[in-house]
Amino acid sequence: MSTIQRDMSLTGQPPKTITTQQKIASAIGLIGFAILIVAFFNVNFPNKTLWLSLSLGSMAIGIIWFTKAAYGNKHEGIKNDGVYFKSLSSRGFWGWVLGIAMTLFYVALYWFPQYLGLVQDGDNKGVVALFDPLSKFLSGNPASQWFLYGTLYTLAILAFGIKFIWKYRHNRYEVIRTFSVMFFQLAFAFVIPEILVRLNQPYYDFKNVWPLNYDLFAGYKIDEFISAGDVGLIMLIFGLLSIFVITPILTYKYGKRWYCSWVCGCGGLAETAGDPFRHLSDKRQVAWKVERWVIHSVVVFVTVMTTAVLFSYLQGNESANISEWSNLDNKMVFISDAEGKPLNERILAAQKAGASSVVFLNTDPNAKAPTLENTDGITIDYFFASEAENKEALEKINQGKAATLITDSAEGANFNVTEGQETSYYDTFWISKEFFVWFIIGLLTLVFAWVMLFKREQLAKDAKYGAIGYFVVVISILLFTYFSSPGKLFFFEAYELRKSYGFVIGAMFSGVIGVGFYPIFGSRVWCRFGCPMAAILGFQQRLFSKFRITTNGGQCISCGNCSTYCEMGIDVRAYAQKGENIVRSSCVGCGICSAVCPRGVLKLENDSMNGRIDGNEILLGNDVDLMKLMNSK
Amino acid sequence: MEHIVLIGNGIAGVTAARHIRKLSDKKITIISAEADHFFSRTALMYVYMGHMRWTDIEPYEHWFWKKNNLELKKAYVSKIDTVSKTLQFKEGGTMQYDKLIIASGSTTNTFGWEGLESDGVVGMVTKQDLEQIKKYAPNNDECPRAVLIGGGLIGVELAEMLRTRNIEVTFLIREENFWDSVLPQDEAAMISRHIKSHGVDLQNNTNLDKIISDEDGKVRAILTKETGQEIPCSMVGICTGVKPNISFLEGSTIETDRGILVNRKLETNVKDVYAIGDCAQQREAIGNRKPVEAVWYTGRMMGETVAQTICGNPFEYNPGHWFNSAKFFDIEYQTYGWVFSDKKEYEAHFHWHHEDDTKCITIAYHKETRAFLGINTFGIRLKHKVFDQWLNEHQKVDFVVKNLKKANFDPEFYTHFETDILQKFQQHQPVNA
Repeated sequence: MSTIQRDMSLTGQPPKTITTQQKIASAIGLIGFAILIVAFFNVNFPNKTLWLSLSLGSMAIGIIWFTKAAYGNKHEGIKNDGVYFKSLSSRGFWGWVLGIAMTLFYVALYWFPQYLGLVQDGDNKGVVALFDPLSKFLSGNPASQWFLYGTLYTLAILAFGIKFIWKYRHNRYEVIRTFSVMFFQLAFAFVIPEILVRLNQPYYDFKNVWPLNYDLFAGYKIDEFISAGDVGLIMLIFGLLSIFVITPILTYKYGKRWYCSWVCGCGGLAETAGDPFRHLSDKRQVAWKVERWVIHSVVVFVTVMTTAVLFSYLQGNESANISEWSNLDNKMVFISDAEGKPLNERILAAQKAGASSVVFLNTDPNAKAPTLENTDGITIDYFFASEAENKEALEKINQGKAATLITDSAEGANFNVTEGQETSYYDTFWISKEFFVWFIIGLLTLVFAWVMLFKREQLAKDAKYGAIGYFVVVISILLFTYFSSPGKLFFFEAYELRKSYGFVIGAMFSGVIGVGFYPIFGSRVWCRFGCPMAAILGFQQRLFSKFRITTNGGQCISCGNCSTYCEMGIDVRAYAQKGENIVRSSCVGCGICSAVCPRGVLKLENDSMNGRIDGNEILLGNDVDLMKLMNSK
Repeated sequence: MEHIVLIGNGIAGVTAARHIRKLSDKKITIISAEADHFFSRTALMYVYMGHMRWTDIEPYEHWFWKKNNLELKKAYVSKIDTVSKTLQFKEGGTMQYDKLIIASGSTTNTFGWEGLESDGVVGMVTKQDLEQIKKYAPNNDECPRAVLIGGGLIGVELAEMLRTRNIEVTFLIREENFWDSVLPQDEAAMISRHIKSHGVDLQNNTNLDKIISDEDGKVRAILTKETGQEIPCSMVGICTGVKPNISFLEGSTIETDRGILVNRKLETNVKDVYAIGDCAQQREAIGNRKPVEAVWYTGRMMGETVAQTICGNPFEYNPGHWFNSAKFFDIEYQTYGWVFSDKKEYEAHFHWHHEDDTKCITIAYHKETRAFLGINTFGIRLKHKVFDQWLNEHQKVDFVVKNLKKANFDPEFYTHFETDILQKFQQHQPVNA
């Protein structure tokens, strides 16, 4: 790592930019933080509500007072004085201290929550316990390490959001945008999910869209949605609409900024707490090259992973795939699919897996129930029943109550189910795993074909090769899945794939590197190199969106403020000095390039798709004939 | 292969080199004594202010030059022999050229004051100047007060720079208001108030008498001419404009006046020698432009033009409508077309001033024809392309004011003032049938 050149002169250093008031404010904030540290070392506070309030309160007051001291008596305008002289914001000693401390926090959070005081069954200890009162107030449950994290995260976005607003108070785009991220974090990411839990509904952050929310389609999550009835169904449908309808429409109209810098939580933290580090992003062209390969590989990874997870979930839902390893101990098993593997073999498999009884639930009132020819070896109860006739009884069973099922048998005997009988349903989805895989293959092919047919002239050569390469890889993996041994994807189990994605991408990349390394690599490392959501939105933004950053004729003086303060590492100046509009996948539309531009050259805009990228070989201001000559060449 | 040599790696020289490379595979060498690589001169201030590092103000990464086969040489050209087409370097050695483009830029303009040679008397034009400023004004312990002489764009930049390090600044301008030789009075007065609001001691109608140094030859104070007041200071910034940097041409056959004299094709009196950018002087002024234009944009345009000529497509330098921009502390300024402080006899002004005293516009138009002549805008961003088009179309002032919204370039959600401006315009204008 090259050292940062702080000042060219040898004789003296610029003045310390921190005032007495800022020192006091920092002290107050640190006291609040110290309470957390003391709790971390297992000091049991007598009145947790009071101490937690004190801690969060003084951190917030510290940050806000610091802000007031820093910006309160200054003119409205750009406040980047001394950014590269301060140790914290120029990868100096304090930058590294902060980076290492945050990294350690993330490591504890993801892999060693017990050190933060999390106790699985029993009362929490340490710093997690300090957050119990707030968690109980919101959701009724004791805190987890994630609740602690969520609270601090939200506090950071709110307090540093106020700081950001104060800093950019002359710029209404920044002010409104920051209110938006503060609102979405507080309401959608923090309060609403906790209240949903209190109401016995699934935990759901409505703004957390797949693939950023890579667990949205994990089996346990789908089970949770399905068992939550109508509300769960609405959530699941909203999740799908978010991906396939809401996101494309908004991105078409406004570019990906509607999400990345107005709604998203990762973006929210980067724009507020991460703002002092935005200039540390790597602007070199080589970083851009790395970025494109890494982020698109993550998209491939998450697509394959999610497909595999859903595929195996659908597979697990097929009664044909019941095996002795299916966990069915003392469960009542409902199956509904008459086709395929002989019924007696499925019942035998359930028996081996420990099921107490098997019910063939006839979902079609018009169809006749199948018959069981061969009953050799079956020792558990089995019978046929009509779903329509047993509606109330099934409902009772699902609620854990005792019930009586009317069977289809010739004797017309009823079957009594005892209270608390555990159940397991199969064949409940109209969608088969085969249909699903072909659907995904079809969808990807459609997108790929559309790009290659209509947008290929907008892709650079290496982007074309990359797209073709990725497409072939994904489709081969999916086809391989389809034709290969059941439940496996390539040579990984689906759940293994999900686990490694969660570890490598979800924890390591987005958490440890993404936030822990703010003071080293800048605030948007995750969004730039890792986030699959950002990649998909960016792909659309580049090819199918009205959004662009317009360059103002020939006014650019190549000063470099725009590039320096671009958190995504875009070399904005390279476009502006050519008089070319900026249409880049990675641009999150934070608007800072436009704000810091001393000559009013850049403007974020939504306008017609025509002529969105028009580079003037010769900049405006020169002889018209020369411009015509050059532009026609 | 033809060898094109450029003296100077500023915006003019580098733009020329880039465009020649685009059009040809000629051998190109860029010589500079100032810096290893091209940097944005207008961004020098941000390095001192800590907004950017040196590397951030270099628009191209270092691999760029090799990749585009542009050879760089760090040397000072001390002599040009136009007969043998040879350059001589101060460091020793020579270089042959086939075509020479001089783009040596500007240097600080001074008026021969007593004490100029003292340590701590600085300009603010070159990288070396910046190093001097950092040496003499690193912080307010070593430099409690600096005095700036002359009120132009460099002066206000230097004032802003020094204020970020809490250094007291006394700013002597000989005018009534800051830069009022260029800006109409009301605008100049607004900018003067803004400069003062940043803690700058702006003294108008004041000239420098002499610079006083201590026994070590370092600046100790200055004396003003009008009042004879002695102002103690640790650094003196000379901001009385710039002049072409052509002293190295003395004794050559290249004809010079204030700058290197060139025709519209940017050719000097000597064959195969061209001059572009700040150092060039048009034999005849173009339109309302000055013969020597020390502006970033004109340097760039001349670079673009000369590249065409060099590559076999002889082209005249024919700048379009005048435009410029600057930033005075927190107030951005843009101008399109001509708005003269000292109004021409045909020129009338419409002026709008926002109550918060950070925004105003002045529109110049022809008294009789009502043709739109130009606009100065402060605190409101306007579109270059739109004004260029309106000027080409010879639009009337009435049209411009009515359609001002189309030219707005402020960020989204910003408050708009067009209605307010139109209202004021209508109140103060005779209705034109």
